[in-house]
Amino acid sequence: MSIDIETARKVAHLARIKVEEDRLPALAAEFSNILDFIEQLNEVNVDDVEPMTSVTPMRLKRREDVVTDGNYQDKILSNAPDAREGFFAVPKVVE
Amino acid sequence: MSDLNKLTIGAARDALARGETTAVEITEACLTEIEAADALGAFVHKTPEIALEQARAADARIKAGEAAAMTGIPLGIKDLFCTRGVPSQAASRILEGFRPEYESTVTQNLFDAGAIMLGKLNMDEFAMGSSNETSVYGNAVNPWRRGNEDTALTPGGSSGGSASAVSADLCLAATGTDTGGSIRQPAAFTGITGLKPTYGRVSRWGIVAFASSLDQAGPMTKDVRDAAIMLTAMAGHDPKDSTSRDLAVPDFEAALTGDIKGKVIGIPKEYRLDGMPAEIEKLWEDGKAMLADAGAKVIDITLPHTKYALPAYYVIAPAEASSNLARYDGVRYGRRAKLAAGDGITEMYEKTRAEGFGAEVQRRVMVGTYVLSAGFYDAYYNRARKVRALIKRDFEEAFDQGVDAILTPATPSAAFGLGEMADADPVQMYLNDVFTVTVNLAGLPGISVPAGLDAKGLPLGLQLIGKPWEEGDLLNTAYALERAAGFVSKPEKWW
Repeated sequence: MSIDIETARKVAHLARIKVEEDRLPALAAEFSNILDFIEQLNEVNVDDVEPMTSVTPMRLKRREDVVTDGNYQDKILSNAPDAREGFFAVPKVVE
Repeated sequence: MSDLNKLTIGAARDALARGETTAVEITEACLTEIEAADALGAFVHKTPEIALEQARAADARIKAGEAAAMTGIPLGIKDLFCTRGVPSQAASRILEGFRPEYESTVTQNLFDAGAIMLGKLNMDEFAMGSSNETSVYGNAVNPWRRGNEDTALTPGGSSGGSASAVSADLCLAATGTDTGGSIRQPAAFTGITGLKPTYGRVSRWGIVAFASSLDQAGPMTKDVRDAAIMLTAMAGHDPKDSTSRDLAVPDFEAALTGDIKGKVIGIPKEYRLDGMPAEIEKLWEDGKAMLADAGAKVIDITLPHTKYALPAYYVIAPAEASSNLARYDGVRYGRRAKLAAGDGITEMYEKTRAEGFGAEVQRRVMVGTYVLSAGFYDAYYNRARKVRALIKRDFEEAFDQGVDAILTPATPSAAFGLGEMADADPVQMYLNDVFTVTVNLAGLPGISVPAGLDAKGLPLGLQLIGKPWEEGDLLNTAYALERAAGFVSKPEKWW
């Protein structure tokens, strides 16, 4: 399957990765190559096969829905590029 | 004692117990070697103060008669593991400056067992790569060279720094992680032993996530006994990882009898690739003969969906990566791009991720985004998960026939030169994992054991694949293979 430049631009935006216009043709070509490789999967008969959800069949453990952790705001914020007054700071989101 | 850095875990443990050396002495020997080995690019964050403090504590513990399995053993830790207060950036620019406030379960388990951390080890960015060439730190280099050539070779990837460090005796052993072959391929390229445990045997908590349904941490060691000792210390149920299995961890070292009489070893015909180098073919034949001589029954088996493992992997792994790596947004940790006046939150995300992620990571995140996007989810992602179920079923059918372990080559070639694949299609690089990736898709344990040298003197590895949760039996078969192969070569020191 061939990926066009418009699709490459759309995927880059969905992935929230800025790709310069002049890089898009090369990116589209790389995607096309990888997708050609993946297309081999169409040769496989997967009728009546359930998609795998867990590689080792097991029931996930359950626990009481209670707070077991917390109260370390300073640690949570210690690696933030911009933290102010106990919050993560980001550019203006709403005009 | 001399050459303390060259000891195996087993030998060091015994020497420490007899009082012939100290943890501080072994640690100092390793630190000296590390200081002189920058040309290998293996250690990217050195932690000598932590190491010496832990070594002194280990000596006190030994003196008090309270030594545990790994007490006094200096290790290298892959940069993918979060280690408290120590840079842990998955070899990515986007995690520049990140110092976790917490410790991964695996490193905590190792520290609880008395192990010592010498520093953090190079790797491919976010463990995406097979040559350690996608690292923000630059390449890790293989200590091995082709004959008298001085071409720098890859140590493999993604655990390239781990492989290089263990092979060059900069540490006694190292942690690795394996999503598609990232422990076993570098182990094979550097003449060491690398074990990927059953999915769920080792906690993933605190390990930077790549593809959560495939990732598993394991030991990279100088021999099979060390892999058994170290796995015992790393493994175990962890309430913080819902996919870690609540199962007792046996003493894997106790399984090493070397007796494999009557064991059934399967040889999958689909692993005989067109154009496979004659040396790999011969290595595989030699491996079969060694196991047969040791009393195993070697039979031909079929794993019919093998061919589709890599394409399925290159849907599932990027899909999971695109979700996992969505957290790197420049808000909570790591790097944020400098913004222009008027830039809003979307520009912040897009610029941060463009400058923070390298080319291969960007490629995989975008491929993952594509295969999960509306209209393609069924055609790609669901189909890949169905094929994955068939790949697992192939193995189950082989084990149901009475097969105890499966023998294959570990890699389709010996280590290649750094830069040699630079102009190749990304898919060409992906083919490095052709023999290892099936094991991750099926959640099985797999081990690479050094078994011979190629004509240029480079190490080659054989892979054994075991039944789920049967690492003990797998390690014992690997131990028999190791003894038969008698691989003792070491790289000549040039660094």
